[in-house]
Amino acid sequence: MNADFTAEELEFQKEVRQFLEAEFPKDIKHKVDNGIRLEKDDYVRWQKILYKKGWVAPNWPVEYGGTGWNPTQKYIFAMEMGLYGAMEPVAFGMKMVAPVIYSFGNEEQKKRFLPDILASNVWWCQGYSEPNAGSDLASLKTTAVRDGDHYVVNGTKTWTTLGQHADWIFCLVRTDSTVKKQEGISFLLIDMKTPGIKVSPIVLLDGEPEVNEVHFDNVRVPAENLIGEENKGWTYAKVLLTHERTNIAQVPNSKLKLRKLHNLAANTPDGNGGTLLDDPMFARKLAEVDIQVLALEYAELRTLAAVSVGKAPGPESSILKIVGTEATQFIDELYMEVAAYHCMPHVPEQFTEGFEGERVAKGTLASSANVYFNNRKKSIYGGSNEVQKNIISKAVLGL
Amino acid sequence: MDFSYSDEQQMLQDSVQKFVMSQYDFDTRRKYLESEKGFSDEAWNLFAELGWLTVPFKEEDGGFGGSAVDLMVVMEEFGKGMVVEPFIPTGVISGGLITDLGSAEQKEALIGAIMEGSLQLATAYAEADSRYNLAAVATTATKNGDDYVLNGTKIQVLNGPAADKLLVVARTSGGQFDRDGISVFIVDAAATGISKREYTNVDGHRAAEIHLKDVKVAASELLGAEGAALPALEAAIDRATLAVGAEAVGAMDSLLKKTVEYAKTRKQFGVAIGTFQALQHRMSEMFIECQLARSIVIMAAMKLDSSATVQEKAKAVSAAKSRVGRAIRKVGQEAVQIHGGIAVTDELDVGHYFKRVTTIEHLFGNTDFHTLRYARL
Ligand SMILES: Cc1cc2nc3c(=O)[nH]c(=O)nc-3n(C[C@H](O)[C@H](O)[C@H](O)COP(=O)(O)OP(=O)(O)OC[C@H]3O[C@@H](n4cnc5c(N)ncnc54)[C@H](O)[C@@H]3O)c2cc1C
Ligand SMILES: Cc1cc2nc3c(=O)[nH]c(=O)nc-3n(C[C@H](O)[C@H](O)[C@H](O)COP(=O)(O)OP(=O)(O)OC[C@H]3O[C@@H](n4cnc5c(N)ncnc54)[C@H](O)[C@@H]3O)c2cc1C
Repeated sequence: MNADFTAEELEFQKEVRQFLEAEFPKDIKHKVDNGIRLEKDDYVRWQKILYKKGWVAPNWPVEYGGTGWNPTQKYIFAMEMGLYGAMEPVAFGMKMVAPVIYSFGNEEQKKRFLPDILASNVWWCQGYSEPNAGSDLASLKTTAVRDGDHYVVNGTKTWTTLGQHADWIFCLVRTDSTVKKQEGISFLLIDMKTPGIKVSPIVLLDGEPEVNEVHFDNVRVPAENLIGEENKGWTYAKVLLTHERTNIAQVPNSKLKLRKLHNLAANTPDGNGGTLLDDPMFARKLAEVDIQVLALEYAELRTLAAVSVGKAPGPESSILKIVGTEATQFIDELYMEVAAYHCMPHVPEQFTEGFEGERVAKGTLASSANVYFNNRKKSIYGGSNEVQKNIISKAVLGL
Repeated sequence: MDFSYSDEQQMLQDSVQKFVMSQYDFDTRRKYLESEKGFSDEAWNLFAELGWLTVPFKEEDGGFGGSAVDLMVVMEEFGKGMVVEPFIPTGVISGGLITDLGSAEQKEALIGAIMEGSLQLATAYAEADSRYNLAAVATTATKNGDDYVLNGTKIQVLNGPAADKLLVVARTSGGQFDRDGISVFIVDAAATGISKREYTNVDGHRAAEIHLKDVKVAASELLGAEGAALPALEAAIDRATLAVGAEAVGAMDSLLKKTVEYAKTRKQFGVAIGTFQALQHRMSEMFIECQLARSIVIMAAMKLDSSATVQEKAKAVSAAKSRVGRAIRKVGQEAVQIHGGIAVTDELDVGHYFKRVTTIEHLFGNTDFHTLRYARL
């Protein structure tokens, strides 16, 4: 057993740190550090810098633009990015649709779509869920009916994260309703500018229109946008789900949040002349979640090590999703506790670019309640934590 | 032993319940929140007409009686509808301070107006660094001839935007954390030297950060004896704590009811999600939490109405707030989780109940604060 980095790995870590220091745009860093809302352009700009460096898609095969790193290097890179506060590339293109395209798409599709994803020229969104197909995704009803060399798509997708920015959407659609529900689903790429598509925003608890409903009314999609075989979409989506579990535990992110939290607590008066960090009740909770994240980190490292010797990440990765999201949510609770009265004001404009006045309530703490509300989504999406526990019960424990 | 309401309390509950059910639906509430003031004058006037604004006050001051159980009855029903009118800042906190500290003339001038619905008040006590310690007061009041001059900044002043008058907690002597030397002043909200930064809280309630710069207040506007206001402030905040505890009990009941209903109707995998035992047990746990929260709030209300010592009363309130706070986390989070994605949208009422109860958890001392206060009292 050995969890130490080699000399080369340490060298690599240094290189990543220097790169972030030099290349992560200062204005974006300022926003991240001060809880100012990031715009589409911030993501795109940063991703293009990563692209130029050749580091934007560590998990892709080298032939399509991956880095060829070993799992330890990928781990180091993700950790350093997270600890520095640099955003991971938006997942929908880079981590969700691209692997499906390079694994199951034809040569024409790979050439057509992958370079633009890699270069962040095109923003993708995910069109899986529907109003009545949430946890039971396979019951989805949006139809795609073949008409000559087109599919005609009708139905409603929902919860489409950042669909308002998207140029393209990848959808699971029903192409056969006479068979078992999983067997009549296809994977279709759709240009958001196609006539008949309507995007309506859904406002979440923090007041932000983060997700959307996407309506398809007789949308004609060229048949060449079908990935792989008709009615095999469910298989493709599932393969993707088990393989794309990298950084699902969000350890770097949690570590950064904990580091900041520790600092905040050390600088937050307890109202009796000391600081909140002196309060043993608070200090205990902070230590407990710190320990939880440490255990999670090693659980993740063990999963990565198994993958590096050729094993596919198994249903154990459900652990990472459950514990990772719960840790994030618990950390959010502690931020509110540090904030006390300062978590209450809802003043979104002070977290937008260009706001120059003095903020109501202290620093980033003023958004802590909204962050808490918003992050309740984490145990709901990406396969709810209940569904993950069902997976463990069945696939791991054999119940 | 008798846990039943008196006839009067039963009538009070019926009338508030009827109002909330028939006149305070989610869309109406949203309309009120979106209005300039953030609440409804019409509703407020109705509260006055129906006598609910007299509930916090003693009979000798012209009120309904001022019992904590009465207050609990009203607040629980308000909680079910997430009523946003400033009953607590005006009636319970400010009204409580005036009742405890006011001279005959001050009471005469203020209590009647509150009960009639014509006077809005806000008590400015919290400060940026005070956390939940009511004795941590850095705002100063310096005697200058017949006046006091107030300087400092108050945060999270509930109903600050609409208040006609502010009750400002300031230090007339002593160091920042001393229990002695704290005074309360009645200050006109439009007085020279007051500037307000108004905002909406995450639960929709309006509040303000209030800056006082050389604000001149006549000595006659001192509420109670100079430097001796802390016990009354603690008692008023304790009553408000009980009030929001009862409100949370009502709101959590709504959350549970809505969650159970939803679980019976939402279908996934061809069945209602309420058939999954994983969810059933969690709804059972929500029910248990609701029952324990209700029980401990009743305990605290009865204690406040008893002849117990000041310390015993405070301890009972802290017990209630601590336990209700734990229930809030559990019930709030489970209600959202069991609803799934729909509950994190602004469109559904569930998320708004969740926001309100979460705010209550952090109002007037969070769970840790009250747990420790309970241990030390
Ligand atoms: C903020 C946000 C962003 C999202 N972004 C996207 C996106 O970009 N693209 C996309 O396609 N989708 C997205 N989703 C959708 C997300 O994947 C779904 O919300 C999720 O699948 C759950 O579905 P549901 O919300 O309909 O809840 P439901 O499936 O109705 O579940 C309700 C409750 O029942 C529980 N439950 C369901 N089945 C079982 C069972 N068998 N056993 C025990 N408990 C069960 C659930 O865990 C949950 O607690 C997003 C959701 C949110 C909230
Ligand atoms: C110290 C002790 C003293 C006792 N004294 C007496 C006595 O004086 N007289 C007497 O008659 N009996 C007595 N009992 C027996 C006791 O009532 C049984 O142990 C009890 O009914 C549970 O049965 P079991 O142990 O066979 O467990 P099981 O019924 O086999 O249960 C095993 C587990 O499955 C769970 N489970 C079962 N059904 C469900 C379900 N539908 N949904 C979810 N979970 C479920 C249980 O909660 C438990 O966790 C005693 C038991 C103990 C341990």
